Amino acid sequence: MLGLGLERLRADMNRLLALLFHQGVLDEQYLQLQQLQDESSPNFVSEVVNIYFQESEKLLRNLRFLLMDREFSDYKKMGVHLNQFIGSSSSIGAKRVRNVCVAFRVASEQNNRLGCLRALELLEHEYCYLKNKLHELFQIEQQRLLAAAVRYPVQH
Amino acid sequence: MARNGVFSRRWRAEEFDKLCSSLDSDEVHVLAVDDSLVDRKVIERLLKITSCKVTTVDSGRRALQFLGLDEQESSVGFDALKVDMIITDYCMPGMTGYELLKKIKGSSFREIPVVIMSSENVLARIDSCLEEGAEDFLLKPVKLSDVKRLKDYMFSEDRSRTEAKGMNKRKLPETSSDDPSTPTTLSPSPSIDMSSTPSSESSSSPFSPRTFSSSISADSSSNSTVSSMPSSPTSPGSPTRRLKITGQDL
Repeated sequence: MLGLGLERLRADMNRLLALLFHQGVLDEQYLQLQQLQDESSPNFVSEVVNIYFQESEKLLRNLRFLLMDREFSDYKKMGVHLNQFIGSSSSIGAKRVRNVCVAFRVASEQNNRLGCLRALELLEHEYCYLKNKLHELFQIEQQRLLAAAVRYPVQH
Repeated sequence: MARNGVFSRRWRAEEFDKLCSSLDSDEVHVLAVDDSLVDRKVIERLLKITSCKVTTVDSGRRALQFLGLDEQESSVGFDALKVDMIITDYCMPGMTGYELLKKIKGSSFREIPVVIMSSENVLARIDSCLEEGAEDFLLKPVKLSDVKRLKDYMFSEDRSRTEAKGMNKRKLPETSSDDPSTPTTLSPSPSIDMSSTPSSESSSSPFSPRTFSSSISADSSSNSTVSSMPSSPTSPGSPTRRLKITGQDL
């Protein structure tokens, strides 16, 4: 079972990655991150992505908080958060999230509250999707490592 | 290393000593400045994988402090902490990369090459940075090929290029950035956590990302243009990259 499992897990991972590329959720910057992972830094991708998740959730909270102020939404501050979000998303290859942020930024520059609200909802949706898929990817990766370890146990 | 109080406040003595002792004079030591933690992690890894020693800071002010250039006009250079290159993000709260660049070029550290990174491809911005003396301008997201190219043309021939550097910034670098056998320059680092072999350019992934490039209409990003010249080992040094992209503002 384990032998077949290893190959199947690898195939699952590739299929998921291919899907995410096809959907434009990830772009080649994500591959670049994978290239930076090796024996000397074996968890590089998940480390960076986890930092990205933490920062993104903070940004999303801040954006929602700013938009909840009906009287005066601080669009300038929103722009600052969005710039950060755009930057970090592009650094990990989160293409769709990044694009929604760009559209969001346009709305905030126009002081368009409704546009911002819509963009925020879309952003939250895209972010959730990305996070779920990346977690799935990391899970498959973990299973693959486990399966490989059992199959090729390290002799001490 | 009797130094002023600024450092003892911010750097523990042990960290300082460790950094000094681990610095090999042959290693290229890069100071990376970026307010984004994600970007700091990435640039740090990119630099380490190309066998550079890296120090990351999160602001222009910290960069100046690290160099000993803070407001208190503390002048003594840090030979032990010799910085060979500074790479900084442009958009940062407080002091921008541009302001940091100006401060450095107006200081006793003006010889240190400064590279600017930005996610926005604004020609005017690029030009003003180059005019202020920036060595190069990298478009984010920064890739391994960018860093390799940078390291190769700046630090091959053992930094004897310091004279040539100042001129013709738009000239294409002669050395190919993806030549894995640039032997003498990419010497393995003695530090534990550094990869001594730069990872290969060719993607080991099972499919070509180009096939899957999405046709999202909202993508007005200039990056889409750039990324369609993918990890193919061209040496479009950033000058070419810049010039190829029409100056669309993001």
